[in-house]
Amino acid sequence: MSASLITRLGPVELPNPVLTASGCGGTGRDLAQFADLSRLGGFITPSVLPQPRAGRPTPRMAETPGGMVSAMGLPGPGIDTFLRRDLPFLAEQGARTIVSVGGNSVADYAEVARRLRDETAVCAVEVNVACPNAEDRGLVFASRPSAAADVVRAVRTHIRPGVPVFAKLSPDVSDLVTIALACADAGADGLSLINTVLGMAIDTTTLRPALSGVSGGLSGPAIRPIAVRSVYQVHAALPQLPIIGMGGIATGLDALEFILAGASAVAVGTTLFHDPSAAARIVRELEEALTARGIGRLADAVGLAHRPYGFVPPQVHALSTTEPNHEPKTEERAQ
Amino acid sequence: MQVSGTVLTVREVGGYHALTLVAPAIAERFRPGQFVAVAVGGEHTGRLLRRCFAVYEVKSDYGGTVEFVFADRDPGTAWLTGRRSRDTLDVVGPLGRPFRLPRDPVSCLLVGGGPGGAALFSLADALHRRGCQVHFVLGGPDAAHVFGARSAQRIGDSATVVTTDGSVGSRGEVAGVLPQALADSRADVVYACGPTETLRQVSQVSSDYGIPVQVCLEEFLQANGACGTGLCLTCVLPVIGDDGVTRMLRACADGPVLRGERVRWSDLGTIPLEALGAPRALHVMEDS
Ligand SMILES: Cc1cc2nc3c(=O)[nH]c(=O)nc-3n(C[C@H](O)[C@H](O)[C@H](O)COP(=O)(O)O)c2cc1C
Repeated sequence: MSASLITRLGPVELPNPVLTASGCGGTGRDLAQFADLSRLGGFITPSVLPQPRAGRPTPRMAETPGGMVSAMGLPGPGIDTFLRRDLPFLAEQGARTIVSVGGNSVADYAEVARRLRDETAVCAVEVNVACPNAEDRGLVFASRPSAAADVVRAVRTHIRPGVPVFAKLSPDVSDLVTIALACADAGADGLSLINTVLGMAIDTTTLRPALSGVSGGLSGPAIRPIAVRSVYQVHAALPQLPIIGMGGIATGLDALEFILAGASAVAVGTTLFHDPSAAARIVRELEEALTARGIGRLADAVGLAHRPYGFVPPQVHALSTTEPNHEPKTEERAQ
Repeated sequence: MQVSGTVLTVREVGGYHALTLVAPAIAERFRPGQFVAVAVGGEHTGRLLRRCFAVYEVKSDYGGTVEFVFADRDPGTAWLTGRRSRDTLDVVGPLGRPFRLPRDPVSCLLVGGGPGGAALFSLADALHRRGCQVHFVLGGPDAAHVFGARSAQRIGDSATVVTTDGSVGSRGEVAGVLPQALADSRADVVYACGPTETLRQVSQVSSDYGIPVQVCLEEFLQANGACGTGLCLTCVLPVIGDDGVTRMLRACADGPVLRGERVRWSDLGTIPLEALGAPRALHVMEDS
């Protein structure tokens, strides 16, 4: 029997844990040509700000080993157009939509959250705290526990209870757990880990920085170990908070790694640029990987890597016996 | 469509390479001006960005083949030049908006620079089928880097070839011969594909003559695009809309064919101040 992929993000149940990462699935329109949005675990929108934003000039990205660096400048249509054009499209497609909220001030975040409050098509909210704070010399909110907490509190206040709010953190901090704790105290129902890692590339032809923004965010498989470490660390400190894990996921086994580290769901980002139909494949591969390991339910694998060595979940034990028929009857019923 | 295409041939054409693969689903849907986005480096590669190429030609052989022409300019394209027949390639296409064709049998000037000339031949066929006249101007740095000069002479109602070093055709640049070519061909519309600088000049000259011009931004897309599918927003450029508002459009999904007179050529690589969503003049903090 194949494994059950059902997972929970607080009050929200998802049929599978594979989402698309913020800013990597576009508005959903272009992705819909390659993926049935209703069959994704969920769709995370690009970060939405109060006003339309053109973003940074080109060049916005450069290819690097196992990934890319990008400095986009949060391009987007602003909350009005998002609510009029993009959210209804996602709802029509049957996507479970997680709206990413961004801003350059606490008031920006609060404004977007307030506008989202009565939108029934919003299944969860992700707060992108890795945005620069115009009131703090452009330092990202994610870099200080108090600033991150202020933003999370502002969003949580406006979003209906029952709609979980996830704080999405940047790994470029000396102590991620402190920031995560501050967000949890401010009312975050879960955490998204990780946003891109600061990086830079220099064009050896022009002899200048490859991006108009000089430095940018590194994404893709190159950052996967940083992301897995982040999820593992934060899950150890806050085991009760659901985590959406991301950073370089390209296969079902990559997804499993995040789940074992403590993620209840995963998001696929840069891989979609390489393989726009990747999400469905990752769902299939994850299901096969769980089944092959005798893990009947995804939920049983969440955080499994934290269990002491020697601990074997019952299903895995059943698989490792040479006679598959010896699988106890009770396990079958549990599935 | 995302398909696994089987390579038929990879051959050198002057200083460029032409790759033909069997991909019926793409061949069937292709319209001139559209492109394919090819994954490079094989299954376990660390090169994640798709390479975008305008399609040269589709044929019905083997159920449907697709051919594209490219310059070997980075390790990704170098990998492509090493493909052999029966290798498979992960290809997405046809992508982007095609050239719009005139309703009436008018006179058309097709302007190509470097490998970009390849995108014009399927267009020429489509125009001929509509009874249009097809005149070519093809340019490049030297004889090895002008694509399709001989085919253009064969199928075109006229063909002007120009190279920087004069090794084939006349010595000079495309923009230099354009006024004469526009006059000689009595062109009603201009189509162009090639280096971004050439497209800028072609758009400028054509607008000066009041002739509508469509450009295919293949090179800009190659330099700036990560996905080709409209997801990543890295290949944007400022374009003036019907409502007069400048917006940052994607060269992939909103292009690659755009109206040349609408592109703000001198503002490429910037966000013009009056573009929709541009940073406000005194808004000091920008995001990183
Ligand atoms: C082009 C691009 C745009 C992104 N836009 C956003 C965004 O708007 N909001 C956000 O929270 N994260 C954004 N991200 C970060 C991703 O959602 C993700 O956290 C990160 O890229 C790591 O995952 P990956 O390695 O699978 O891409 C963006 C990443 C990329 C590459």
